[in-house]
Amino acid sequence: MSKIMKRTLLAGCAAAALAALAAAPAMAQQKTIKIGFISTFSGPVAAIGNDMRQSFELGLDHLGRKLGGLPVEVIYEDDQLKPEVGVQKTQKLIESDKVDFVVGYIWSNVALASLKPLVDSKTFTIITNAGASQISGELCSPYVFTTSWNNDQTPQAVGLYMNQKNVKTAFLIGPNYAAGKDMLEGVASTFKGQIIGRELTLWPNQLDFSAELSKARAAKPEAIFAFYPGGAGIQFVTQYAQSGLKGQIPLYTAFTIDELSLPRLKDLAVGIPGAQQWVNDLPNDANKKYVADYKAKYKSSPSFYGSQTYDAAALIDSGLKAVKGDMSKKDELRKALEKADFKSVRGNFKFGPNHIPIQNFYLQEAVKEGDDYRLKTVATIVENDQDKHVGKCKMPN
Amino acid sequence: MLYLIEQCLNGIQLGMLLFLLAAGLTLIFGIMDLVNLAHGSLYMIGAYFAATFAAVTGSFVLGAILALVATLVVGMALEVIAIRRLYGRDHLDHVLGTFGLLLFFNELVRLIWGPAGMTLPLPSEMLTAVQVLPGVYYPAYRLVIIVATLVVALLLYVLVMRTRVGMLIRAGASNREMVGALGVNVKLLYTLVFGLGAALAGFAGLMQAPILTVQIGMGENILILAFVVIIIGGIGSIRGAFVAAIIVGLIDTMGRAFLPDLVRQFVSYSAGSSLGPSLSSMIIYMLMAAVLVFRPEGLFPASSK
Repeated sequence: MSKIMKRTLLAGCAAAALAALAAAPAMAQQKTIKIGFISTFSGPVAAIGNDMRQSFELGLDHLGRKLGGLPVEVIYEDDQLKPEVGVQKTQKLIESDKVDFVVGYIWSNVALASLKPLVDSKTFTIITNAGASQISGELCSPYVFTTSWNNDQTPQAVGLYMNQKNVKTAFLIGPNYAAGKDMLEGVASTFKGQIIGRELTLWPNQLDFSAELSKARAAKPEAIFAFYPGGAGIQFVTQYAQSGLKGQIPLYTAFTIDELSLPRLKDLAVGIPGAQQWVNDLPNDANKKYVADYKAKYKSSPSFYGSQTYDAAALIDSGLKAVKGDMSKKDELRKALEKADFKSVRGNFKFGPNHIPIQNFYLQEAVKEGDDYRLKTVATIVENDQDKHVGKCKMPN
Repeated sequence: MLYLIEQCLNGIQLGMLLFLLAAGLTLIFGIMDLVNLAHGSLYMIGAYFAATFAAVTGSFVLGAILALVATLVVGMALEVIAIRRLYGRDHLDHVLGTFGLLLFFNELVRLIWGPAGMTLPLPSEMLTAVQVLPGVYYPAYRLVIIVATLVVALLLYVLVMRTRVGMLIRAGASNREMVGALGVNVKLLYTLVFGLGAALAGFAGLMQAPILTVQIGMGENILILAFVVIIIGGIGSIRGAFVAAIIVGLIDTMGRAFLPDLVRQFVSYSAGSSLGPSLSSMIIYMLMAAVLVFRPEGLFPASSK
């Protein structure tokens, strides 16, 4: 290499370095809020992740593509329904992307696996679905907020409704992972009748429930309670109908029939009750806007997964506004997020001391109107419900 | 007792489904010496075709027939375009090549039908349980699967044992070179056999579609069990595949039905729930290992080479 070339190279490097230095202060003024978003975007449950992403994007649209006045960059990562992949993607978001917030998590087992790197790095995290009891209780963290619920709250509401319907004996069934266990315990804790059978099936691979449905038939319960999220819900409800049990033993559900599965279940889902903290027809203004704009933009109905994620965008915005976009004021940001000063699509929204919402749970039912199938709010089962794990949470000040 | 009969039927129903998959697999493996990982893709394609055609024609039966024909055509085309280049190569090449096809088909289905999956709804008269014995009720549609598969098994038996094509197929399984030397068009025979295997896989997929719904990658888990079935039954043997499929189906279902309760006597509730089904799938693999040790040719070996 000639001397001249070397010199040119050196000069070039110096110029580049200078340019970078000059750009740095400019960037500090125009800071971008970086959000890492973890959900499932592949495989049979990709529909859920898709609904969450669309709702988050719609939330950003409604906020003018800014959070707390700052431009936003969202990095979407696929957990492939696997805890080991989820934790790896979480670490990547924290360490190499250096995100300000991590949002998402459908699955309790994925969220539990990813919790440690999030808490250790003090990354603000908004869990928008997974409601593992441990995160509401002993593993609660000042940096982790949940816009959904604790797993057992929804089945607890179903249990209360089963009492109202005077059900004396029940058979419980769900998948064998963190949330499945929470769900069955939830319904067992409020249901006053006798539980005459309890099955946990292999998750996520077992999709044929013939042996379990035969068991339920043989046990002769007055009701079956099922928790099967995502595609498994379609399979379970279909097989329940095919087994001829629909006319004989009523089915009660949690997170099994939603706006994603209803278009495929159609008549098979009509008349099957479930509980939820949000239904598409809740009559508040924020919800009307969300549902109408979602339908206009994506030509489908949003699900509860989406509604919780839409709320997350508004929650982050409210927190960042309070600290004027200064991410270094961690304590103030945390206090601001705890206030939950935003209009939730489920109506009133308030955090308990463990950062889990205190909220109503509604009875919902699938109905057919003309050629359309939709979920309808029938009644309020429980008002201002707080999860029962809050006592185990020692939230540091 | 009645409960036991119902669970037996569940096991047999799963066995029937495994047989449909394994029969095609064992034909292709036994006669063409081809390890076909893309067999599960043909199962998936059959299900997607059935859901599409049933929606277009408004009839489940018509949709199923059209899907069967379409899967047969796809299978034969696949053989001519891609599979043909794999014969005579190492088994590792087969695995790599057909694994590539599996990924290709998953993406193709995603492009054509989208990622959300489909449903194949049953006629409403199928949504009921039939009394098969006094006091034993069984879902009507699962009964249809059992009967339809028995009919297919019988037809397959007649085809392989009583017709000229079947004779060539059997001859191809025992001595390929000799069949070729006798002036049989082996190329055409292979295309036919591959198409037949594809149609059987497609039939399994479309029969299972109303129960498990139609989704991308639906054939991948069950294909592993189908491979176990053909190893237990003896590669190339349809009779072996039939018996082994029922054995595997019964073990899997009985394990799920009875082992969790049994195991829960000794360990905690949740541990029992995970241990029970794991044990029943372990028994299947232990059976396979035992067969490999004591009868490496399988329970019903196709006539020796």
